[in-house]
Amino acid sequence: MQLIRQHKTWLNNLLVPVLSIVFGFIFGAILMVAFGYNPIIAYDAMISGVFASPYFIGEALRQATALTFTGLGFALAFKAGFFNIGIAGQALVGWVSAIWFALSFPDLPRILLVTLSLGVGAIIGALWASIAGFLRAYFGTSEVIVTIMLNYTALQLTNFLIRDVLSESGNTTESVGENASLSIGWLSTLTQSSRLNLGFFIAMAVVILYWIFMTRTTAGFEIRAVGLNPHASTYAGMSAEKNIILSMFLSGALAGLGGAIHGLGTFGNIFTQGGLPDIGFNGIAVALLGLSNPIGIFFSSILFGVLDIGAGFMPNRAGVPDEMADIVTSAIIFFVGANYIIRYFVDKRAAKKEAASSTKGGDV
Amino acid sequence: MNALDIIQLIVSSSLIYAAPLILTALGGTFSERSGVVNIGLEGIMVMGAFMSAVFNIQFAAAFGGWTPWIGLIAGGLIGVLFSIIHAVATINLRADHIISGTVINLAAPAIGVFLTRAIFGAAQTGPLPESFGRTNIFLLDRIPIIGPIFFENTSGPAYFGIILAVVAWFVLFKTRFGLRLRSVGEHPHAAETLGIKVYVMKYSGVLLSGLLGGMGGAIQAQAISNEFGILTIAGQGFIAMAAMIFGKWNPLGVMGAAIFFGFAQSLARIGTYIPIIQDIPAIWLLVMPYLLTILVLVGVIGRAEAPARLGTTYIKSR
Amino acid sequence: MPMSQSVIEMKGITKEFGTFRANDNIHLDLRKGEIHALLGENGAGKSTLMNILSGLLEPTSGEIKVNGNSVKISSPDVANELGIGMVHQHFMLVDKFTVTENIMLGREKSKFGYIDKKSAEKEIKELSDHYGLKVEPSSKVENITVGMQQRVEILKTLYRGADILIFDEPTGVLTPQEIEELMGIMRKLTDEGKSIILITHKLDEIKQVSNRCTVIRRGKSIDTVDVSITTQQELADMMVGRSVTFKVNKKPADPKETVLKVEQLTVKESRGYDAVKEISFEVKAGEILGIAGVDGNGQSELIQALSGLTKSSSGKVHLAGTDITNKKPRKITEAGLGHIPEDRQKYGLILPMTLEENISLQTYYQKPYSNHGFLNYKEIKVHAKRLIEEFDVRTPSEEHTAASLSGGNQQKAIIAREVDRDPALLIAAQPTRGLDVGAIEYIHKRLIELRDNGKAVLLMSYELDEVMNVSDRIAVMYDGKIIAIVNANETNESELGLLMAGVPIAEAKKKSDGKGKEKDAVDSTT
Repeated sequence: MQLIRQHKTWLNNLLVPVLSIVFGFIFGAILMVAFGYNPIIAYDAMISGVFASPYFIGEALRQATALTFTGLGFALAFKAGFFNIGIAGQALVGWVSAIWFALSFPDLPRILLVTLSLGVGAIIGALWASIAGFLRAYFGTSEVIVTIMLNYTALQLTNFLIRDVLSESGNTTESVGENASLSIGWLSTLTQSSRLNLGFFIAMAVVILYWIFMTRTTAGFEIRAVGLNPHASTYAGMSAEKNIILSMFLSGALAGLGGAIHGLGTFGNIFTQGGLPDIGFNGIAVALLGLSNPIGIFFSSILFGVLDIGAGFMPNRAGVPDEMADIVTSAIIFFVGANYIIRYFVDKRAAKKEAASSTKGGDV
Repeated sequence: MNALDIIQLIVSSSLIYAAPLILTALGGTFSERSGVVNIGLEGIMVMGAFMSAVFNIQFAAAFGGWTPWIGLIAGGLIGVLFSIIHAVATINLRADHIISGTVINLAAPAIGVFLTRAIFGAAQTGPLPESFGRTNIFLLDRIPIIGPIFFENTSGPAYFGIILAVVAWFVLFKTRFGLRLRSVGEHPHAAETLGIKVYVMKYSGVLLSGLLGGMGGAIQAQAISNEFGILTIAGQGFIAMAAMIFGKWNPLGVMGAAIFFGFAQSLARIGTYIPIIQDIPAIWLLVMPYLLTILVLVGVIGRAEAPARLGTTYIKSR
Repeated sequence: MPMSQSVIEMKGITKEFGTFRANDNIHLDLRKGEIHALLGENGAGKSTLMNILSGLLEPTSGEIKVNGNSVKISSPDVANELGIGMVHQHFMLVDKFTVTENIMLGREKSKFGYIDKKSAEKEIKELSDHYGLKVEPSSKVENITVGMQQRVEILKTLYRGADILIFDEPTGVLTPQEIEELMGIMRKLTDEGKSIILITHKLDEIKQVSNRCTVIRRGKSIDTVDVSITTQQELADMMVGRSVTFKVNKKPADPKETVLKVEQLTVKESRGYDAVKEISFEVKAGEILGIAGVDGNGQSELIQALSGLTKSSSGKVHLAGTDITNKKPRKITEAGLGHIPEDRQKYGLILPMTLEENISLQTYYQKPYSNHGFLNYKEIKVHAKRLIEEFDVRTPSEEHTAASLSGGNQQKAIIAREVDRDPALLIAAQPTRGLDVGAIEYIHKRLIELRDNGKAVLLMSYELDEVMNVSDRIAVMYDGKIIAIVNANETNESELGLLMAGVPIAEAKKKSDGKGKEKDAVDSTT
């Protein structure tokens, strides 16, 4: 009985994201119909476009790679009770610092240069996020506002670095050398020279490490405890300050690593940005849809990766602007965020069933 | 340039850049005073900018010089419509305010550009036929010295924003509506026991933020960018939030902060003409609003006092 | 005064929340000009009933008559119209607003929406003077005393023309003097023709001020009695449903070496003033020291400082020979402190976590529960299962969340965790708050057992009975100071009551003489 009930809550938990995805796609379809597009052709173009060719599967997984990191980053802080809205900025500083490092030491051996470049990206992202963690821990400053402000600071700072430090008033940096490349020969061949790279395997490893860290270590236990009840955790001798800063540090490290892998793996350089990189806020979406569970985040990333790459097929094949994919994404997250309505109906149905079965029981 | 020209340039360009911020930040003030965090201001501005651009292009022939002002209203209305999503999600569906705001910010550029493509077949609208341009404020521009500095060749929308700020201050602190709105942000349960419709007040706050945020976006599109595209609104909504905090949720303070941030933004663009400022690296001017806001929050520049129940969902007793 | 006319009749009121019946066929009849007490334990359904009467909740079934007319109170507005006003237990006041703004909120005098503050202030001043409430209309609520805040609540109802006032547990936060004052105000109100419902679980207040009393137990109305011809014991029996034994059986204490030594401790409150003022005391092994006092006299701050949750500004604390002054909570725990916190759901447990995780909350980082930073769930589970068995925590399994347990079982889990670590000193703050009689007896027994095993126990409670019955010595706190420490078997309720009201020990002795037996103060720090 016990097992069945726990199984049931697990199913119910899964129900929210699955129904949200369904509702999100339905919402997109309604919008398309309203503007005279055919949603079936559009969704078909999106999905068959990606899955018809190894190249686009590779590209979708490449996009998913970056989202897995930013998603895990957001989730870690979220578990500790904080909204790290600054994922985008942390990814951006991770990106620019990894490129900067790779450009500065082009002659290091590949294994060293790749490791160090990614490491630098992670550390800079971590330190950037730690500013918000530090202010929250010692001044009680809202991490939401601080990370928002740091996002735009990061954006301006990055563009400044690209123009004034990494290039001569240009809008892009040089490309990094071969030794900083993340590409893997057989993987590129397999996916018909897509930009899918080593980062994908690092992402899978990090998903597992994240799970072990959160559920099996004392540090993860403390982060979860502080997130669920900071008062009781402090009383039990955990340091709220330490855990706030640690969780923001790790969250920023994941985002920075994601940015570094995105930069080295996808582009090999950095260029001035008009706005914050999409992988930031989409990473938040991924974490919310994945309910902050690492496996959930991994699969959400793949879904969003497919949506993102598949969107490119919609204008030509269905005449639908590719922004449709982003609209579907935001609709999905709306339903996840407002899951009260889904839970309300699920609980109501469950209550009805229970009431029905208990009256039956009463008759006997 | 002589000193008067320089001052005139600084004042007028500060006001031009401040205008969208003033309105949007006032919008945020109403929302947050009712207890609803609205980080979706950015998205609401995007929708307002989009709507006003479409309106401007479609109806410029019909309304001539009045087009941007009516476009302002169109932008405000779409902002209201869009903010309803945030209101329903946070007030009725108990969604987290930050998540809902993030959804708004994700959705707005997507919807705006989607519709732009659907209507114009391109990601940008192209230049708008009737922009706000620069105006002289009637009669005031004739005052010696002050007139040319503040009221000649200046931003009409900014003065509209300044008047609105005074009105907003009066409404919040001197009227029944304002008292009730603030009570809901401070202690919704107390308000409910006194027969105040908590949800109605929260809706008013959020919808007002939609109206003003949408108008802010409309000003940005019709006075600064002069078109709508994905980059028309690039962080102004968040700077407006910063102004709201820097102004401590008081409309007059908020207006002051918005003008100051407009000044900072304009300096980054016109600073090269101005002695002293031209020696400050532009990067500092660009990041100043963000860093100042953090300093205010940390308490280095006085304490920022947010409404007591900001960001919490209120569940009716019944 | 004629007291026959009924102003409110509640008949057969039932309120269901899902499958739970908070009110089950309750009857209540309030007559004009009377103070009618509504007596019941925590969770008996008093607040639900009054929320129905004030329009915050709608009953599932039943009838309400106001002045003889059947009414449907669908909102607080309707309750207002009917002249019903509620003085809430947790004040419904906006701290940042002025008294006037708070009172007029929802009933603002305005012209085209513009508020006429002047005339509202004038009217409030008049009302305040008429009832002797001494309220300053232009002060901000955050700057006035708790007693005055309560009078603002009363004014709120009067301003709305209430004739029927409901007082929900009004004395919990007041000093004895303020309670006296409040009683006077209530009498004055009834003299003016108002009728009052007084929700309380304090028998002496009922005896002191009310005319009749309706007793509620587990959602049902038990009886309505005339207070003047009913004893406190009878009321208590009706409230709990069986004869209450006010005495706890225990052997005399056998105090040994000093375990906790507090010297000249001063603790600042969050707003910066001294909440604890140069306190000194000791707790010895094998004794229970009780801390008595009205809520808000520095007890919480004292305990937070002892357990390391807040820092003290001066003074020294030694625990089992170790200096623990301003040490981190974990250092203090490791020095030998067990702590049952005042608010168990906020500080004692992480409700969404499992019971086994909660039971390991103080020890998870130690062997064998973890090794090199990795948790050992096998050991954690074995440990949890043993404690659940030993302390009789009723739960389907150790993998259930702490939230799924009843209050009593949550408290047992905390006690299990704290006692099992074999601490030299156990601090129990409000250990039985909100629990049923069975759980209370169990916890008292455990505390005394601990004492008999040679541990030191520091018990803080706002319930005077609990302090008197469980402790060996009693320290009375008033205004941040310990104004006296007395032996539990040499004092009485009357003397403690006077001490809690700030009356110096010598005077308290004199005043309470003849009411109790002869007593000797053992120790006085002032």
